[in-house]
Amino acid sequence: MPKVTLQQSQSEAEKWAYKKLVSRFQPRPPVVRNAFWAFVVGGLICVLGQVFINLYRQAGLAETEAATGASITLVFLSALLTGIGVYDQIGRFAGAGSVVPITGFANSIVAPALEFKQEGLIFGVAARLFTFAGPVLVYGFVTSWLIGLAYYLLKF
Amino acid sequence: MQAAKKVGKQTIKFTQPPCIISTHTVVGPKEGRGPLGKFFDYTIPDNLWGEQSFEKCEQKMLQEALEQALQKANLSPQQVDYLLAGDLLNQIICANYTARNLGIPFLGLYGACSTMAEALILGAMLIDGGYANYVLGGASSHYDTAERQYRYPTEQGVQRPPTAQWTVTGAGGFLLAHPSLAPAGPGLKVTFATLGRVIDMAIADVNNMGAAMAPAAVDTIIQHFKDTGRSPVDYQLIITGDLGSLGKTLCLNMLEKAGYDVEKIYTDCGVLIYDPSQDTHCGGSGCGCSAVVMAAYVFRRMQEGAYRRVLFAGTGALMSPTSVWQGETIPGIAHAVAIEFF
Amino acid sequence: MIFLKAFLVGGAICLLAQLLMDLTSYRITPAHILVGFVSGGAVLSALGLYQPLVKFAGAGATVPLPGFGHLLAQGAIKGAAQKGLLGALGGGLEAAAAGVMAAVVFGYLVAVLFTPRGD
Repeated sequence: MPKVTLQQSQSEAEKWAYKKLVSRFQPRPPVVRNAFWAFVVGGLICVLGQVFINLYRQAGLAETEAATGASITLVFLSALLTGIGVYDQIGRFAGAGSVVPITGFANSIVAPALEFKQEGLIFGVAARLFTFAGPVLVYGFVTSWLIGLAYYLLKF
Repeated sequence: MQAAKKVGKQTIKFTQPPCIISTHTVVGPKEGRGPLGKFFDYTIPDNLWGEQSFEKCEQKMLQEALEQALQKANLSPQQVDYLLAGDLLNQIICANYTARNLGIPFLGLYGACSTMAEALILGAMLIDGGYANYVLGGASSHYDTAERQYRYPTEQGVQRPPTAQWTVTGAGGFLLAHPSLAPAGPGLKVTFATLGRVIDMAIADVNNMGAAMAPAAVDTIIQHFKDTGRSPVDYQLIITGDLGSLGKTLCLNMLEKAGYDVEKIYTDCGVLIYDPSQDTHCGGSGCGCSAVVMAAYVFRRMQEGAYRRVLFAGTGALMSPTSVWQGETIPGIAHAVAIEFF
Repeated sequence: MIFLKAFLVGGAICLLAQLLMDLTSYRITPAHILVGFVSGGAVLSALGLYQPLVKFAGAGATVPLPGFGHLLAQGAIKGAAQKGLLGALGGGLEAAAAGVMAAVVFGYLVAVLFTPRGD
């Protein structure tokens, strides 16, 4: 009986040569343009945040409360802009400029929940809320716990 | 012993070439605004077309494409022997639900974006083998259903890298018939089919599908020439399914290195379907891409006499989100079909 | 003046993230950036490096995600100082509670009230 030999016909050398061919023709991201828009949009979102901080400070809130209030306001605005389908248009050219501010976090919560709402309020909306936010919260929480623990241990 | 209808290693020669007697295409608004807009049979007004979800919209598009293809040939579903269809969604639901509604004996296909070519080949085999008189085939994809399954939800503000391709919202249906049942006079005939091997050149970036699939297209096209003894001069058009502009460049480069001069006659459905101003980066992709470009544009141009012989290589990337998350590379496949007008 | 500082610092943090995405492997996705920046902000905060930035740039440091990490870390440290081990566990979330609640509640409401437009 003839032995079945696996015909993995693409050798490592072929794969390596192909990788080089691809990188020769592959279009590069417009690094300077992307960086410019990320800087400008990200900066402007922070300026908007500062406007709210100042407003809340004038209304009599303490410094930390004002900052929290501003973040919450931005989260609300971002959720709304995602709902009406505008935030992804901003993200298309702003890149990290609209991902890294807290608004990007809110967008990553709303977008999957909104898109999968046809799968119901439990598995559609509620479960998908945490598709991207989940990892952020998990790593944020674990890091902060480790920091608190380290602080506690170092105190002794 | 060589099988009676096979030539060479991977190619089938149809002894009584089955005819494509009718086609119908339904596309999304973006595709309707593209350079081929006027060729498509119907452009839906928005991405939902009155349905509750994007998936239901895609299913309705596929059903419409198949029903209208039947209507154009004046046939009822009962007269069709088999339905061969597929799409990109998990468990090919669009095709399944369309088959539920049409009531035709159904074989669900998954060849990723090469599904249209797979349906054409299997349909032609069933007819030439004497197992069918009429076979209905089709494929569909939808930007909003595919993106969130394979990449990100569409409302998420992420930047698409320059190698990304835009999943075509579109469905194409075609009806294949035994030559004795086709209308008199010249028609579109399926003469050869070269079935492709799965080729994996270790590309792992889901935003670079053209590069992942190009080696498979090259492998199948070269095998087609070897098996049939034909060469590029025998064709007026060689067209790949959805390699996009980067994949097209790579494919051309590799074919030329292998000694096949195809530059003047080679193009790609994903490159044709959008205008560069439509901000799709590398062009179109998805089952619907080659389905609508072939059914609406290439077949029409053949009937007008622009091309007598066309080699269509439907390309597919055979990964799933799970395999990508697990760090697997993207295997590609391509099936080539020779379609001739005589 | 604080507005200019917020613009420059906030913009610079985003610029850094963009360069990380564009100049490194395609495997670095926006999700990696989000996770990395929150954790990174928390670590910088624990080392005492982030608070000066907040003082200098205001919203320019609190609005980007490292600011969220900073909030979590400072909460955990404060909790540990006041309530020991239990505070180390609960302090982070306590400090960030309003923000997290806002994101979940507003996110839920928008997802329920709006329909995706696609494209």
